[in-house]
Amino acid sequence: MALPTPLQAFSGVPKTHTGNDKQTIIDGERMTGAQALVRTLEDLGVQDVFGLPGGAILPVYHAINDKTKFRFTLVRHEQAAGHAAEGYAVATGRVGVCIVTSGPGATNMITPIADANMDSVPLVVITGQVGVNAIGTDAFQEADIVGATYPVVKHSYLVTRAQDIPRVLAEAHYIARSGRPGPVVVDLTKTAQTGEMYYSWPQRMILPGYNPTTKAHGRVLADAARLFAQSYRPLLYVGGGAARSNASKEVAELAEVTGAPIVTTLPARGIVPDSNPKNLGMLGMHGTVAATAAAQRCDLLVAIGARFDDRVTGKLSAFAPSARVIHIDIDPAEIGKNRAPDVPIVGDVATVLHDLIPEIKRSQAIGGKLNLKPWWDSLNALREQYTITYDEPQDQPTDGSLQPQWVVEQLSAKADPATIWVTGVGQHQMWAAQLIDFEKPHSWISSGGLGTMGFGLPAAIGASVGSARDFGGKKPVWLIDGDGSFQMCSEELATAFLDHAPVKIAILNNSVYGMVRQWQTLFYQQHYSQTNLLDGEAHSEQEEGTSEFFDVPDFVKLAEAYGCVGLRAFTEEEALAAIDKANLINDRPVLIDFRVWKDAMVWPMVAAGASNDEVTYRPGTQPLLRHADENGAVSGSTGVGTLSDAGF
Amino acid sequence: MANYPASQPGSQRHTLSVLVENRPGVLARIAGLFARRAFNINSLSVSPTERPDISRVTVTADVDEVPLEQIIKQLNKLLHVLKIVELDPNSTVERELVLIKVAANQSNRSDVLEIVRLFRVRVVDVNPESLTIEATGAEGKIDALLGLLEHYGVIELVRSGAVAVTRGPRALSEKVIGSEVTGR
Repeated sequence: MALPTPLQAFSGVPKTHTGNDKQTIIDGERMTGAQALVRTLEDLGVQDVFGLPGGAILPVYHAINDKTKFRFTLVRHEQAAGHAAEGYAVATGRVGVCIVTSGPGATNMITPIADANMDSVPLVVITGQVGVNAIGTDAFQEADIVGATYPVVKHSYLVTRAQDIPRVLAEAHYIARSGRPGPVVVDLTKTAQTGEMYYSWPQRMILPGYNPTTKAHGRVLADAARLFAQSYRPLLYVGGGAARSNASKEVAELAEVTGAPIVTTLPARGIVPDSNPKNLGMLGMHGTVAATAAAQRCDLLVAIGARFDDRVTGKLSAFAPSARVIHIDIDPAEIGKNRAPDVPIVGDVATVLHDLIPEIKRSQAIGGKLNLKPWWDSLNALREQYTITYDEPQDQPTDGSLQPQWVVEQLSAKADPATIWVTGVGQHQMWAAQLIDFEKPHSWISSGGLGTMGFGLPAAIGASVGSARDFGGKKPVWLIDGDGSFQMCSEELATAFLDHAPVKIAILNNSVYGMVRQWQTLFYQQHYSQTNLLDGEAHSEQEEGTSEFFDVPDFVKLAEAYGCVGLRAFTEEEALAAIDKANLINDRPVLIDFRVWKDAMVWPMVAAGASNDEVTYRPGTQPLLRHADENGAVSGSTGVGTLSDAGF
Repeated sequence: MANYPASQPGSQRHTLSVLVENRPGVLARIAGLFARRAFNINSLSVSPTERPDISRVTVTADVDEVPLEQIIKQLNKLLHVLKIVELDPNSTVERELVLIKVAANQSNRSDVLEIVRLFRVRVVDVNPESLTIEATGAEGKIDALLGLLEHYGVIELVRSGAVAVTRGPRALSEKVIGSEVTGR
């Protein structure tokens, strides 16, 4: 029996045994850890890196020079480096890589790391760290970033020896992109960066505790096919996992083979074209009535790379009450987390669907197909009756400003079909998800799980860099943002201009934090506490001078200050002209400040914590609450549809 | 579902053996996971094992089946976790070490010693005003002993947390691939 060793599991830093740090590998090219880092990224095929230098990462930045094979995009705030890497990763399917410094640089990265963790975006975040001997001494710009990010990373490393750098980076890159993708933090001590080592490639990865399952095993596929064969009201509930797995073809084929309708979550918008009649759109809090109703009434719910988020399910116990559930996900921990499945399938979505479709065809060849016409008739009726519109009298702006929904529709109608759409977080995000005509997968980048305001501009820059890398810049990038969300990372206009990321920015400027205001209107007695931004009053009010300050900031001047083109639109004619002009400019960023109505609201809506059956199509109309009226006919509720009071 | 916090009163006692890589920070990852998933545990003990590359964490918790399954799955997502086994009490030897300092003086020392003898535990320190008792055993025995000693006044008490191994000749670490990497 081997003698027990001192227990490392407790401690923070590896024990230094005598002789442990002795250089044992002497094969390969001699270089510093910093040089090895750059070389490893090149050998991993990394072509774009985002970041911002600083003291504890300087050796790495010293190693980046004109001969370096990747393009470096210098941002103005570390958070933006993370979001840009996310946008890049979602647009291209590659791993997003950022290099930032220790301490504040690293802590500024926590938000994008958490965001990437929620939305399963592959990210490798390289942070500087003080020297090994200074760790734990509260040294200048020291922060225990590995410790601070434990709850929000897929995995993390603290690298203390130069020799480990190639292996750790190879592992980090593999972990980030494989299985359920996610962020991996590599904290590089200055000791490791400056240390001498011998570089060799490829590296052998040592990951005994990491074996993601990608292929579904045995019986579950047959079980799933059997449930399909028994289902009169099947529904495919498709989530972001399907987008990460590149499964749009398989999802469309499954819908075709089974005849089942498709509803998608926010990150899966575009996975199947909106022109596909099987696609009922987004479900959940701000989803279409047809999609939400389909989930509530189906008898078989097939969750594909989706995680039963509360924004989708509403009150969990009332979600899809009569459905049996097939849950396909690469992460075993998602299965049964919120809803117990009847058939759990662990595996990569595309692989599983590829194997499942023949199984279903086989079962159909024996048992035939059930008639889904009644199911489709009921859904089509809802789809036609409760389309997302904004033409009611209460939707008309009272102050002469633009309708935000109309702006989104015009942007969509006039844009290049290859456009990548990026948003911030808030009302504009929901309108974009509802009203943009998505025809291609990977054309939608938004912050879903974490709901990070300020995500938009840096993510759009990342998407633009990705478009230049993989699509020859032929995919234009439109950012639809809110005035509040945009201001959280507006300094990145400098990056967009100087690093040649010609993003087109549409600010739906309603001069308030619109989504918060909507909740204040509905649930907090119109008490508009701290939601007025005064950065975009409507034309008419501006003339009257009802407020002391206007337009702080002036977005047009802000854009021009950063070298970008700034346009403003108060009227529909101005808006159309500005969109046309923006679509023609491809050499620099363009920003359009659309002055929209602050009282416009996102409908339909399910109040937080309420059942999806209580979805409010319009104030006063809750079509899924069925009751018998005087004539005995069953109809949707049109009574006083009060949204129940609830918290965010 | 989603019945967090996962530990409810009245749930059954479960013992998990978690084999982890013996690397710095592993315990922090595991403890942090329990905390953020609102999973209350009764005891947690970590120790080296027969293999230098593997440490073993023994966790006991009062928890229902469904949240337990979720916690096992979440633990499995940690890359440093190599293997998790829920130990069946029928085929497991479980022990806990307890040190109890009892306020025993001249008048009642012999009564305490009688209890010590009955439970076949040991006295490891004697003082005119106290007795320190070392007891090992399964949880039931320890609890019974404490119940009796409480009466005399327990000055200080420390429990090691349960450790457990399966009966028979096999090791949990069989076929588990470890790693020679010692860094984080």
